[in-house]
Amino acid sequence: MKIGFYPGCSMKGGAREYQESVVALAKVFDIELVEIPDWNCCGATAAHNLNKELSLSLPARIMALAEKEGITDIVVPCAACYNRLSVTKHELAEDASLCSKVTGIIDLKYSGKTNILNIIQFIDKYITDKLEEKVVKPFNYNTACYYGCLLVRPHAILNFDRVEDPQSMDVLVKKSGGNAIDWAFKTECCGAGMSVSRTDTVARLSGDILKDASDRKAEVMVVACPMCHSNLDMRRPEINKYLDEKISMPVLYISQVLGLAVGLDAKTLGLNRHMTEVILPDKPVKNAEPAEVSKKVANPEKMEA
Amino acid sequence: MSASHDQHHPMTLSGELRMDTGVIINKCYQCGKCSAGCPLSSEMDYPPSLVMRMLQTDDPKNYDKLLKSMTIWLCVSCEMCLTRCPMEIDIPRLMDNLRQKSVRAKKTNPQAKKIIAFHKSFLDSINYTGRLYEMGMVVDYKMRTGAMTQDVMIAPKMFVKGKLNPIPEIIKGRKKIAEIFNRVQNNKEVKL
Amino acid sequence: MSRIGVFVCHCGENISATVNCEKVAQISKELKGVEFSTDYKYMCSDPGQTMLKEAIKEHKLDGVVVAACSPRMHEPTFRKACSEAGLNPYLCEMSNIREHCSWVHPKDDLTTEKAEDLVRVMVEKVKKNKALNSIKVPVTKTALVIGGGVAGIQAALDIANCGHKVVMVEKQPSIGGHMSQLSETFPTLDCSQCILTPRMVEIAQHPNITLYTYAEVEKVDGFIGNFKITVRKKSKSLDEHLCTGCGLCTTKCPQKKIPNEFERGLGFRPAIYVPFPQAVPNKPVIDRENCTYYIKGKCKVCEIVCPTKAIRFDQEDELVEIEAGAIVLATGFDVLKSDFFPEYGYGKYKDVIDGLQFERLASASGPTMGEIRRPSDGQIPKKIVFVACAGSRDPAKGIEYCSKICCMYTAKHAMLYKHKVHDGTPYVFYMDIRAGGKMYEEFVRRAIVEDETQYIRGRVSTIYEKNGKLIVKGADTLMGAEPVEIEADMVVLATAGVANHGAEALAQTVHVSYDAYKFFAEAHPKLKPVETNTAGIFLAGACQAPKDIPESVAAASGAAVKVAALFSNDELTREPLIAVVNRQAPPVFSSCVGCFLCQSVCPYQAIEREEIKNRNGEVIKTLAKVNEGLCQGCGTCVALCRTKAIDIHGYSNQQVYTEVMALLND
Repeated sequence: MKIGFYPGCSMKGGAREYQESVVALAKVFDIELVEIPDWNCCGATAAHNLNKELSLSLPARIMALAEKEGITDIVVPCAACYNRLSVTKHELAEDASLCSKVTGIIDLKYSGKTNILNIIQFIDKYITDKLEEKVVKPFNYNTACYYGCLLVRPHAILNFDRVEDPQSMDVLVKKSGGNAIDWAFKTECCGAGMSVSRTDTVARLSGDILKDASDRKAEVMVVACPMCHSNLDMRRPEINKYLDEKISMPVLYISQVLGLAVGLDAKTLGLNRHMTEVILPDKPVKNAEPAEVSKKVANPEKMEA
Repeated sequence: MSASHDQHHPMTLSGELRMDTGVIINKCYQCGKCSAGCPLSSEMDYPPSLVMRMLQTDDPKNYDKLLKSMTIWLCVSCEMCLTRCPMEIDIPRLMDNLRQKSVRAKKTNPQAKKIIAFHKSFLDSINYTGRLYEMGMVVDYKMRTGAMTQDVMIAPKMFVKGKLNPIPEIIKGRKKIAEIFNRVQNNKEVKL
Repeated sequence: MSRIGVFVCHCGENISATVNCEKVAQISKELKGVEFSTDYKYMCSDPGQTMLKEAIKEHKLDGVVVAACSPRMHEPTFRKACSEAGLNPYLCEMSNIREHCSWVHPKDDLTTEKAEDLVRVMVEKVKKNKALNSIKVPVTKTALVIGGGVAGIQAALDIANCGHKVVMVEKQPSIGGHMSQLSETFPTLDCSQCILTPRMVEIAQHPNITLYTYAEVEKVDGFIGNFKITVRKKSKSLDEHLCTGCGLCTTKCPQKKIPNEFERGLGFRPAIYVPFPQAVPNKPVIDRENCTYYIKGKCKVCEIVCPTKAIRFDQEDELVEIEAGAIVLATGFDVLKSDFFPEYGYGKYKDVIDGLQFERLASASGPTMGEIRRPSDGQIPKKIVFVACAGSRDPAKGIEYCSKICCMYTAKHAMLYKHKVHDGTPYVFYMDIRAGGKMYEEFVRRAIVEDETQYIRGRVSTIYEKNGKLIVKGADTLMGAEPVEIEADMVVLATAGVANHGAEALAQTVHVSYDAYKFFAEAHPKLKPVETNTAGIFLAGACQAPKDIPESVAAASGAAVKVAALFSNDELTREPLIAVVNRQAPPVFSSCVGCFLCQSVCPYQAIEREEIKNRNGEVIKTLAKVNEGLCQGCGTCVALCRTKAIDIHGYSNQQVYTEVMALLND
């Protein structure tokens, strides 16, 4: 199977372990990911702030390059890149004159027919069916699935999962043998691209997220975005200072969680690269149902007046 | 939309924003749900719903205040406002537009210097190599802001963990990227 | 050869100031077929009418054109005058030379010429007019009231007290509707059940009222004055004549944990149950979905304990045929479902409830005996947040309208809470306070000033649970949209009032139109607020749009008067200006080919199928036929008919073409 792969810049640098784990996981399921040749940066959070045409042209070039290779599905594990590519695809589809302008700028043919898959959509399309039979080491930890902003919003364009209290990652964690906890900060913002320019703001926002998960007895947090990861993982000293408490909860990528469950080792998955040390003590496997099955409340909807 | 702003129908500010972004300012009925959900509103000089109100006045003074505000630079485009807006007003798109206009009009808030510097360093890196070169970008950012000592403690650990790439990845189509930067409209503010 | 009379009115100065009326009369006299013409200062006055009548007799006129004001104004006047003079009223037409001419043009020869044109047009039309007779329809003086809430109760009692028979059909096991669930009512704070239950009892005891509970309307045929309705009486598994309502069965039923609909899920009920102690009728029904006997085939505890042996497990639904002259729809409203508010955790957090649930908590007969205790742990909430406009005025959630009642009941809730929890703090997040109504604004001020409710102007963005508290994140838009966070013990959402579940299906069954929100549509938003587009069917209460109790009751009485007016005559007289399908001699019978396109577009369901049979009784052709009782003469069918088989009496295609030709041939 030839599936296009757009790692994005951070997966070549600060989020190297994300790429390593995605590729390793794909390999377990005999999936070959083909990197889009000579891909460029999508412009991330910076381009749309400063220049609309630039913010559309950079992702358009990526999709045009993929089309040239005959790629129909592009896996975009970075939520920020996924968002930019999806938004660009949408805007160019909506506005024909803008589209012709942008294709002029990038000087490439662009049809807008490639599918953009985020990491969860990729897993759901190619892996989920075979996941449970491959689980050898259930990931039996209380897990807080953190979706952030860019994976689910804007819903009108992305149309992925529920916009409030999304569940897709929770389902994957459960299938990996974990207990996805119910918590309140699944889609709150972590501070995004302000890690460097306003570290205190990031510490506050990311701190509130970690604190809620920690208060609800989460042992590990799972993300699908390098930007969220760097804020929650790398900014831990600043976060702990803001919270005035030490939270040592590791933050893993969803691909790492699945990777561990199917038996890949920590090093292959790049767990050693995290700034907040990943300590996951072995736990006996429980057969109990996840604890968060809601107590049945009488349903007022049944009432017919 | 037709650009029928002759002398009989001078273009209002809200009309101009509608042309540029498709956002209809007067749809906002000031419920404040955006300000209530915005993760940054407590740090903003004008929370999102107040921005909408200021634009509704169509008063150039208020417009000017917004172009000089911190709000537009604190907005991280998390899209929470749009997600919960009962009127489905695309505030993030409006913010993008205001930021671009603020830079073009050279009215950026001095306190937003670091935020803007980061964006520019980021784009610079793309312009030169086609991809983001994190280490180069940070050095460039420090040069712009003078924040030489920021985050120096974290760098060695990142390096050890393989998170810092000492050599930039330069793509073959580097020149193509530079051409894109040259071709886009209003490229002055992104090229420096 | 026609003998037409033309009567030109000056309307005081209204017409004659710009139109030369004498000249119009003179010129008209020259028209072919005009026998007589004259002008007069006030044609509508007694002398004017007398002039008209005498001219008809004297000149043996067979058609009349009155050139005066709008037919809306005086057509009935002149037609009546014609009728009194022995001329068929439908041979009289009006030419509007006031609104269409003198009022809108300056004094000028051209203005007079236009008036002449308008008269000529009508003269040509009148030549094609046919004598028509008004339609008489018999009236069955029984009203069907669908829905037994406060609106239905009011309408039924008003009609019954006028001396007419009423059949009331209620879907639930008891009448009473939402009002019976309420605690106290704004703006007087009188007890809802105390004022409602006497009315409920009156319904049960009224000699003119027949009550079917646990029943639904299944089919409606016929038309104004002559409806035929099929009602399905769902099986209660009970012989109601034998049951004394002792309630022993309900206490012995082993199923005790079924969410109680009347308590909005805040309490439980058995499988054989009476919805609430004051129910009318106060006799139980078996909820077959939850009854052990119906599920597992054994139990029958109720049957064993029943002292009068009234339980009937094998009872079947019963279909009842009703003949009624009028129908009142009073099916009420519903509140928005929980899946509308994922950001507020409604349906997820037990202590986020809706306004109706709060009513049950505040009700002395409710699950907490009137104490405000939160559902999760029974604690008394010390901080309570009320969220107004939960779903209302929210196009993103598909509800653009204001639900109208929430501002008032939210103020009432805050007040009731403060009266019961003296050391508690009620907060209200609101966008606008809409308190138009007698003593309403004063009531809201009282909640703010006397009961110290904290009103915060802003919409809540999200609610989440943390350490047993509900964190409510809002903003205060009167403080520069500053974020506000309240750690509440309980949250009450003033969820939008929406059309009742099943409203759309019922509208289709009954043949009335409904709006985009599935509320039933009135015939005219201002002048026909309780009528529907279907003659003989009226609206009462919140099935039309969200309404409070006084408004629902007023609408119900309005609908009742409309019914009483309809029932005041034994026959209904209707204008004969309706559509008719042409008939021709066999073997053609009609140019109608039976495509029934007309049937699909008729807004009044007035097109029926008529089978033409030969001597052997075999159907040889199916034609469209217009029901005279239902047709309103709108002409939609005429426009669509491909074979021009339908025409409208008084406005036939031929007449309209003649009018146009009269102008073109000038």
